[in-house]
Amino acid sequence: MSVPVYIPTALRQFTGGKSEINVEAKTAGEAIEQLTTQFSVLRKHLYNDQNALRSFVNVYVNDEDIRHQSGLQTLLVAGSTVTIVPSIAGGVVDE
Amino acid sequence: MNKPASLGLTDEEISRYSRHLILPEVGVEGQLKLKKARVLLIGTGGLGAPLGMYLAAAGVGTLGLVDFDNVDASNLQRQIIHGTKDVGRPKISSAKDRLLDINPNVNIETYETRLTSQNALEIIKKYDIVVDGTDNFPTRYLVNDACVLLGKPNVYGSIFRFEGQASVFWAEKGACYRCLYPEPPPPGLVPSCAEGGVLGVLPGIIGTIQANETIKLILGGGEPLINRLLLFDAWKMRFRELKLHKNPQCPICGENKSIHQLIDYEVFCGLGPSSSEVKLEEITAPELKRQIDLGKNIQIIDVRDSNEYAIARIPNSKLIPLNQIVERSKEIDPNLTAVLHCKGGIRSAKAINALKENGFTGTLINLRGGILAWSNEVDPSVPKY
Repeated sequence: MSVPVYIPTALRQFTGGKSEINVEAKTAGEAIEQLTTQFSVLRKHLYNDQNALRSFVNVYVNDEDIRHQSGLQTLLVAGSTVTIVPSIAGGVVDE
Repeated sequence: MNKPASLGLTDEEISRYSRHLILPEVGVEGQLKLKKARVLLIGTGGLGAPLGMYLAAAGVGTLGLVDFDNVDASNLQRQIIHGTKDVGRPKISSAKDRLLDINPNVNIETYETRLTSQNALEIIKKYDIVVDGTDNFPTRYLVNDACVLLGKPNVYGSIFRFEGQASVFWAEKGACYRCLYPEPPPPGLVPSCAEGGVLGVLPGIIGTIQANETIKLILGGGEPLINRLLLFDAWKMRFRELKLHKNPQCPICGENKSIHQLIDYEVFCGLGPSSSEVKLEEITAPELKRQIDLGKNIQIIDVRDSNEYAIARIPNSKLIPLNQIVERSKEIDPNLTAVLHCKGGIRSAKAINALKENGFTGTLINLRGGILAWSNEVDPSVPKY
């Protein structure tokens, strides 16, 4: 089924500026996989070398972190949304 | 008219806070809680400006301010606690003047220093609530860890371009920042507002939300953002809310915590001297100018965004924004020296690293200090932004 993946501002430079991408997926993992197939540069920002989600990237299905559900196997149903929430920090350390 | 002797508020305070006093959720009791409260604001910039101003106006009795910076013209687009007349002054003095103008009853305690692992516990322990308005990773983890160790609530806000986040981290009652993100991203992966820009009103909105949460924590009422992460998109005008959970494996507030004292947060965030970044070849702006004047054939590659290129540029430079640098690397001649530059030298260093990682063989040199250095040291007619 088609579900929207919400892309945070910091990652939109890798999705051609798009804030929402619809993908065909049955699990959160499939949704992210589809997304990174469409936008391959995004992959290294979401996964580490061990092919696991990076620790500063959180993925939510609806309003719940997938780490507190079934991880990348978290099932998507009609009406589900996937949201990527990386840690952000707009301030400068020293200037 | 006689007022009860135990009221604890002066006539001036009664008239100043009358809209609070008639609000059942605040009342005299709540206003006295505000008066007794001690809140520490870290940073008096974009988030700290509305935070400080609303907390002072609300009658928070003691506000601690931590900042070491001076007011710069580029701050005024969003840091409304400072005015044009304050450019060049220490932010802490400018902020104190503005807050006392709003409410002379507030006791302002200033710390003209950077918050560090050495002074954080000493400063924070004197306050009830900490609000981090600095929005950078080292300070964020430092404040989080210090608040967890001292059992204090930490009112969080973060902004980038049109997007903001807010929450309340309080390990005794819910998730802390490390439950959400145990580790920071490596430096360079997440752009800052200095590189990516920020809508001026965005810190106003997020900072005001932080002020609202702070006041609710002081009053002990309402529903604070504990275990909730608020996401805000100013461009779409959309708020969303995500659930947070305390992480049992959290390294600082979990069951088997591994962090028992403050660490070196610059190193932790990959910014310290132990950072393994490869040393890049650099050139200064005057030296680049000299080489150009000598007729050396040098390609100047500008890795900023096109809207920055529209504001100011170095003559004969070619624009290839950082996020396109690898895919457009064929536009750089590997047989000629290439000098890469950005605004201040950080993005061009990232571009050089990215090109080298992807097998680019030509000579790549970073312009130290970027176009700002060019404007300062070579051609003052190039505007600074």
